[in-house]
Amino acid sequence: MRKAGYVPRFSPIERLLHWLNALGFFFLLATGLILYLPSLSMLVSRRQTIQSIHFWGGVGWLAALAAVTALGGRRLLTTARELERFDHDDLRWLRRRAAPQGRFNAGQKINAALTAAFTILFAVSGLLLWFGEQNTRYRFASTVILHDGLMYISLLLLAGHLYLALIHPATRHSLRGITLGDVRVEWAARHHSKWQPEGVQVDWRPRQTRKWKPEFTNADRSRRR
Amino acid sequence: MEMDSPPIAGEQEPQPRRFGRGVFLATVAGGLSSLFWGKAAWDQVSGFVSPVASAVAPILPTGGWRIYTISGRMPVFDPARWRLKIGGLVEQPTSLTYEQLRALPRVEQVSTFHCVTGWSVNNVHWAGVRLHDVLALARPQASGQALQFVSMEQPYIDYLTLPQASLRDVMLAYEMDGKPLKQEHGAPLRLVIPEMYGYKNVKWLQQINVVQQATAGYWEDLGYDRDAWVGRSNGYGT
Repeated sequence: MRKAGYVPRFSPIERLLHWLNALGFFFLLATGLILYLPSLSMLVSRRQTIQSIHFWGGVGWLAALAAVTALGGRRLLTTARELERFDHDDLRWLRRRAAPQGRFNAGQKINAALTAAFTILFAVSGLLLWFGEQNTRYRFASTVILHDGLMYISLLLLAGHLYLALIHPATRHSLRGITLGDVRVEWAARHHSKWQPEGVQVDWRPRQTRKWKPEFTNADRSRRR
Repeated sequence: MEMDSPPIAGEQEPQPRRFGRGVFLATVAGGLSSLFWGKAAWDQVSGFVSPVASAVAPILPTGGWRIYTISGRMPVFDPARWRLKIGGLVEQPTSLTYEQLRALPRVEQVSTFHCVTGWSVNNVHWAGVRLHDVLALARPQASGQALQFVSMEQPYIDYLTLPQASLRDVMLAYEMDGKPLKQEHGAPLRLVIPEMYGYKNVKWLQQINVVQQATAGYWEDLGYDRDAWVGRSNGYGT
C-alpha cells in the first residue's frame, strides 16, 4: 500500500454541485434570517428589498443547481445511483456502525437524500409564500411552518455535517476530498473499504474482516452458467 | 439496474435497495402533505415546545414575531414632534401629544396575534387606550360609519367599520409585554384588533379619520380581504 498516496474521491462536477449548494444555502440562510429575526430586520429594515433578494437568490440557486446537474449529465446520474443504493452493509452500518462502506457511507447517503428532498420542499414552500402574498389561492396556513421547519432541521443537519467535516478527527480528512478532490489511500481504506476507485490499483482488502467479493461482469456470469 | 453486480449463486448478499430514493420521496411527500396538517400539528405541540423555545430565545430571539414593513425605512418616533390626529367627519378635530395620550384611561389586555401568512404569537400583553376614549375627544358626526387609520409608514392605511372598531378588545397600544412599544412593533402607537389578521393592526399610527364607509386599505388593494376575521377570511375556513 502506498502510504503517501492519494485516490480521487470527488469529481470536479460533484465538488461544483456541493459548493454551489453550500453557497446557495448560506446566502438564503443569511437573507432569510434578516426576514425572520426581528433584531436583524431592525438593523437592515428594507424588508421589500431583502425579500426580493431572498426570493431571486433562491430562484438563481435552483437554476444554477439545474444547470450543473444538466452539465454533469450521466456522471452525476451515476453518483445519484451510488447514493440511493443501500446494500446489506449499509443497513448494518446504520444499526451498528461496524460494516465496511463504499465511497459514501450510509449516513452520507441519507444526508444526500434529505438534502435533495429539502431543496424541493424549500423551493415549493418558498414559491407558495411568494405567490401567496399576492393571491390567496396560493395561501396555505401551514406554508410558513413548513418553510421554517425545514430551516430548523437543515441547521441541525448542517451542524452535524460541519462537526464531522471540520472537527471530528476520524472524518475531517474528508474535507480534503470535497475541496481538492482526493483523499489518502490509508484513510479511504479504513473508512470506505468497499470502495473501488476507478483506474486506481490499490489493495486495501487485508484490513477487512469480511471476505472480499469480486465484482462480476455479465460475461463472467454467463460463464458461470 | 444495469450497473448492479448480478446476484451470485451461493452468496447471501441481497441486491442493494433503492432505500435512498425512498427516503427522498417519503420526505418530499411528507413535506408537501404538511401544507395541509402542519399548522394544526404545530398548534398541538407548540405549548409543549414553548419552554424549549424560551430556553433558546437568547440565541434565536424571534419571540415568534416577524416584522413586516412596506417601505424602505421604518418610521422613527420623535416624542417632541409626534402627534395623534383625529379628523375627518368630527365636530372637533383633535391632536394629541404622546403625553396627552398616555394621560387617557389606561387599559391592559392579553390577546393572541395572528398573521395572515400563518404564524401567531400567543398571549401578547398589550397596554394602551380604548378607541372610544380617543374618539370621544373629537366627537364623531353621525354620518361617520367607519374609521381610517393612517400609518407614518407611507402609504399604509387601513379601515375598520364602526361596529368592528367597537369590538370589546380593540385598542390603541403603546406598550407591549410591559415595555413601551418598540420601533419594529409600531412605536409609539399601533392599532390592536385581535379578531383580525395582523395587517389590520396598523403600526406607527399617526392619524385616525372618521369616514363615511370603509374602503380598501393597503393590503386590501393587493387582494386581501377587508374583513380580515381570523380563520374566516383570506381563503381560510371558507
